[in-house]
Amino acid sequence: MANVIETQALTKQFKGFVAVSNVDLKIAEGSIHGLIGPNGAGKTTCFNLLTKFLEPSGGRIFHRGEDITGLKPAAIARRGVVRSFQISAVFPHLTVRDNLRAALQRQNGLAHQFWLSDGSLAVLDERARELIADVNLSEFQDTPAGELAYGRKRALEIATTLALDPEVLLLDEPMAGIGREELPRIIDLVRQVAKGRTVVMVEHNLSVVANLCDRVTVLQRGEILAEGSYAEVSADERVRTAYMGSEHAH
Amino acid sequence: MSILAQQSAATGELRSRLNLLTLAAGAVAALVAPFVIYPVFLMNVLCFALFASAFNLLIGFVGLLSFGHAAFFGAAAYVTAHAAKVWGLPTELAILTGALAAAALGLIVGFLAIRRQGIYFSMITLALAQMFYFICLEVPFTHGEDGIQGVPRGTFLGFVNLDNNLAFYFVVLAIVAAGHFAIWRIVHSPFGNILKAIRDNEPRAISLGYNSDSYKLRAFVLSAGLAGLAGGTNAIVFQLATLTGVQWQSSGEVILMTLLGGIGTLAGPPIGAAITIGLQTYLAAVDFPVTVLIGLIFVVCVLLFRRGVAGEILAYMRKRG
Ligand SMILES: Nc1ncnc2c1ncn2[C@@H]1O[C@H](COP(=O)(O)OP(=O)(O)OP(=O)(O)O)[C@@H](O)[C@H]1O
Ligand SMILES: [Mg+2]
Repeated sequence: MANVIETQALTKQFKGFVAVSNVDLKIAEGSIHGLIGPNGAGKTTCFNLLTKFLEPSGGRIFHRGEDITGLKPAAIARRGVVRSFQISAVFPHLTVRDNLRAALQRQNGLAHQFWLSDGSLAVLDERARELIADVNLSEFQDTPAGELAYGRKRALEIATTLALDPEVLLLDEPMAGIGREELPRIIDLVRQVAKGRTVVMVEHNLSVVANLCDRVTVLQRGEILAEGSYAEVSADERVRTAYMGSEHAH
Repeated sequence: MSILAQQSAATGELRSRLNLLTLAAGAVAALVAPFVIYPVFLMNVLCFALFASAFNLLIGFVGLLSFGHAAFFGAAAYVTAHAAKVWGLPTELAILTGALAAAALGLIVGFLAIRRQGIYFSMITLALAQMFYFICLEVPFTHGEDGIQGVPRGTFLGFVNLDNNLAFYFVVLAIVAAGHFAIWRIVHSPFGNILKAIRDNEPRAISLGYNSDSYKLRAFVLSAGLAGLAGGTNAIVFQLATLTGVQWQSSGEVILMTLLGGIGTLAGPPIGAAITIGLQTYLAAVDFPVTVLIGLIFVVCVLLFRRGVAGEILAYMRKRG
């Protein structure tokens, strides 16, 4: 299986503090890849580097074998490598529909026209409606996104991300702040979304990781501690002591 | 930004009803006013209304606080005055040249400032505007402290004699209305939706593939050009372009007008401009320390009506359903 995303010796220092150190990631095409590790391990920083929201201090990033280390974040998104954020990211003063429109506009060449009426964006609404329905937000189309409950904001964020039809999805703790009863629905959604795509997800809930991920990379203090299937890494002695603790060793 | 949250939370229907109402009231007032009030005063109000609205395009719909917007207003005033007086361009072309010059200046200032976030952006715009002020002070064509005086009003499109204040008023009204239409169009356009998205959550907009700096820069240039349209028109009205137009106090004034009227509302800035210019003119006549009172009113407004006049009305209407 080819690797969609690959990094070589990816490193990030913050004023001498090494947050990500010599990380060689290999994300296989079509997989759901878990990125786990204790708080402060460097997971979000990894995402920020992969999407160029942060400039690496060293190392290279490849997308389909092409070096993308020098690209700008917007350009990486346009290549189909799209991220979500640890803290839910929606456009709070735009309605749910306008959030979706914003996501759909660029591919449809409707982003620069300051002389056209926004009525011209109505051509996007059919697709927007489908995506909104997919995440069960149909009744909130005209609601400003800022007024949605947290779980629904999460759902909206996933819908806007899907609107880009990304090739690679980087999800930073998509389940965080989701109520226990909503969890199965979101897990289901991620599984559906992963069809025909590659997903990398940061997740603290290990049963979710066990449930969803084909491969898992464990980070600790910026370094890769272990890699493999969930069964493999959870059996790894160092991982158990470093991260999971004995209570997780089932 | 909870102010914006409350405002955009108003249902679309209420908004459009209110917009129509405001528009109708504004149109009637604008048509009747010159027969009741001195037209030159009104033209001044109109020019500053456009200036404030152009400024509001940035602060209200892109989230950029420019602290040097007077540079564009003042630059256009100089260029327009020079074009009309020295080059002898027809008035409408002189104003257009001024607006384009302001847009070009906006491209330079924007290019240098837009990469900075928050207060740093504001500080760079202020610094560049100050630099521009000193350039205006030194270069010969602005005539230093005297300014460019005795600018001919000329005729508009070759047939409206602008020496007639009433006729000129309706020309200014048309220019300012066109400027406001442009702003309204920009805000409610595909481009405008992306601007608002960037204002709301820039990293998210970037992660959707939008190069936010380029959008902000284009908005900045548009805003500078529209501020220039106001400044150029104003120079023809008063037949004068001076350093007052480019000094930092003018940048502060336009911020005040916009805050007073209501940031992020389309009707707010013109209302704020009318109040401020009205007070200035009235207080100048009664020989009262203007800045003190305006400062006081400003403080009261910020404390009591944080949404600005238009914002408060909108919130009130919304509460009543
Ligand atoms: N912009 C920054 N400047 C300085 N230090 C930072 C910055 N961003 C992250 N760090 C530090 O880098 C380390 C890794 O942070 P990161 O956010 O990547 O962790 P994480 O694995 O995502 O943790 P969590 O599970 O809590 O989200 C932390 O110690 C953090 O304090
Ligand atoms: Mg994190």
